[in-house]
Order: sequence, then structure tokens, then C-alpha cells
Amino acid sequence: MMITSRRLLNNAAKAPSRSFSTAKKFSLPALPYNYDALSPVISGNIMELHHSKHHNAYVNNLNAALEQYADAESKNDVGKMIALQSAIKFNGGGHVNHSIFWTNLAPTKEGGGFADPKFHVVQAITKKFGSVEAFVTKFNSQTAAVQGSGWGWLGFNRNTHDIEVITLPNQDPLSVTGLVPLLGVDVWEHAYYLDYKNARPDYLKEIWKVVNWKNVEERYLEASKK
Amino acid sequence: MTYELPPLPYAKNALAPHLSEETLNFHYEKHHRGYVNKLNQLAAEKPAWAGKSYEELIKTESGVVFNQAAQIWNHTFYWKSLSPNGGGAPTGKIAELINEAFGSFDAFKEKFSAAASGHFGSGWAWLVRDDNNKLQIVSTHDAGNPIKDGHNPVLTCDVWEHAYYIDFRNDRPKYIATWWNLVNWEFANSNLK
Repeated sequence: MMITSRRLLNNAAKAPSRSFSTAKKFSLPALPYNYDALSPVISGNIMELHHSKHHNAYVNNLNAALEQYADAESKNDVGKMIALQSAIKFNGGGHVNHSIFWTNLAPTKEGGGFADPKFHVVQAITKKFGSVEAFVTKFNSQTAAVQGSGWGWLGFNRNTHDIEVITLPNQDPLSVTGLVPLLGVDVWEHAYYLDYKNARPDYLKEIWKVVNWKNVEERYLEASKK
Repeated sequence: MTYELPPLPYAKNALAPHLSEETLNFHYEKHHRGYVNKLNQLAAEKPAWAGKSYEELIKTESGVVFNQAAQIWNHTFYWKSLSPNGGGAPTGKIAELINEAFGSFDAFKEKFSAAASGHFGSGWAWLVRDDNNKLQIVSTHDAGNPIKDGHNPVLTCDVWEHAYYIDFRNDRPKYIATWWNLVNWEFANSNLK
């Protein structure tokens, strides 16, 4: 009798404590086009690896980190929660950045590369940089200079209502700066190596042929809403 | 004074089939040589630092100058950390020191591989020693070099994507497994006190 009661008490003590969050499962978004749709600017070879291996790994690793985080949280293990933050930032950033990137690109036959002068974002760019060409030159020069791995961004500043060109290292998402992402260009070597080898500036010159200005415009209109 | 690209310690096809001739061609002629060319471009403007050794530049400079100098040094050290006759279990003093610091070669291999494959983004995994030959594994980011922190490098593994993308695509762990087939224990021994 006594043993049974003790066992019941012990079992009650082992019951899981209330979690403060549930680990959410993120998933790999589908590409809006086929793997070879951006060829020859970006080959099908790269697109397949980039999407199904690199982006997929960020998603899986993000989910794994969040699961561990929820577990640590349920055990009130703040040390473990803190230790997991870099994995969440890195993989979460990778997921966020690549999800934006796929929408920022489009095959030329679907408007990729066409910076329509009627677009508000194109007008804002022309006003600030003098011309789209001048903007591209500045963007490319800053982005080519990223040391190691990172991204070049065109972002919208909600405070100044201005657009800005900025680069960030590793997989840091643009949100860390407070800017709203309009257009991101991945300059991790995996984004271009198979097609361009070390010639990052060549990749940056070519990619504008498949930039989806319609998407950049949509993001700009959304971000600049009062 | 112009900075020179040190010669590769072996032929470009010498590390095949582990690392291909194509990889060595691009890695040495484009990346490694690219850093030397860039440093010389910067040095042509006759700044105060021109003429200093790579080690001095690593210790005293920052930004784009540091990046070029450190990457030149890092890559030179990397080529020497590999050998066509390398691989297998460590021999000599390094074997003893590994057992002392990590318990066994297998334990060291696991830890070093984890550091190399787990590094977020570009960088390097290093085996370093202190003045008492105590070994430690450190990783550096991008062009980071452990000399700047007062460590003495013993071996290194390049984990920038350009080091493995041609042969292994995204599979960095497979590249690191290959690195163990080339690791130059003789060079490691020569870096001990």
C-alpha cells in the first residue's frame, strides 16, 4: 500500500510542467518557378542545390533548434535557451532570407530584369540614386565587398520613409536593422560558385537580369503604407 | 616590396582523388592568388604598413588589409596542413599531445570534425597549442587567424564554401572526412615547441 502511494507521488512529481511555447514547424516554401527557369543567369544545378539542400537544411535545423528550445524552456533551463539562440538566429535567418530571395527572382519572360519606370520603387530609386544603373553599381560594389558570407539588401526605413542599401554578414536577417526587406541578393559562395566560381562581381552583374521588380514593387508599396 | 604568393607544396593534382585538381586550381590560383594581388594593390598606395610581414599585419591591422594578409597566411598554412602522403593516425609527439589533451585520437577527431562542420558561415577550424604544447581546438570566422589571440597554430581546415563546393557541393561533413585522409602530421609535429 505504502509503496503504491509513493509510486503515485513520484509519478505525479515527474509529470511534465507546463510549456510556455510549442515548437512550431517551419517548412520549405516551394519555388515560384522550375529549377532551370533562371538559367543561364543562375543554372538549374545551383537552384536545385540552393533550394533543396541549403534552404532545406536551414528549415530542418531551425525546427530542431526550436524543439530543443521548447524543451529547455519547459525545464526552465535558461542557460540552454541562451545557448540555442545562435542556432535559431543562424538557421532562422537563413530560412527568412532565402524565402524572400526566391520571390525576388523571376524568369525574364515573367518580368525578371524589367525595372518598370511606372513602379513607385523604381521612381524612389531614380530619385535617390540618379538612375537604376547608378543604384545597381552602388549595390553591387557594396555587396561584392562583403567579407566572407552574407547578403546585400535594398531595405525600406519606416522612420525616414527612405530606401537604403546595406549589407549584412552570415544569415543575419535584415530585420535586425529595423529595415523592411525589399530585395536581397545572396553572396554566400553556394549562391554562385558552380556557375561563376570566385567571380562574385560577374554574378552580381548578371543577376539583375532576373530580379523580379514586380515583387520588389509589391514589398515597397506594402512597406510604405502609412 | 611586393607580396608574393608562396608556391604550393605539391602539384595541383597531388591531392586527388580526395581534393580534385580543379579545386586546387581555383582555390590556389583564384582565391589564394587573389588575396595576394589585392594586398599588393593596397600596398601600391604606399601606406605605412606596406612591407610588413603577414604576421605583423595580422597582429596590427584590421579591415580589408587584415583580411587579405590573414587569408594569405591562412591559405599557406592550409596547403601545408595537407599532404599527398598524409592521413591516417598521428605519429610522433603530436600523437602523445593529442591523447593528453583529448583522451584519444578518435575523441580529438570527433571534436575537431564537429568544430569544422558546425561553424556557421565562412571560417577555419584550427588545432593550436600554447607555450606548454597544450593543444586546443579553436574556430575563427571569415579571415580570422588565431595568432591574433596569441595562439600557436598547429593545423588548419578551411571551411569557406570555395574549399569544398566543387568536390562536395553542400556536403561539408563529407569534405571534412576527406580532410582526415590528407592531414599532414609531419607538419603538425614541426609546429610544436
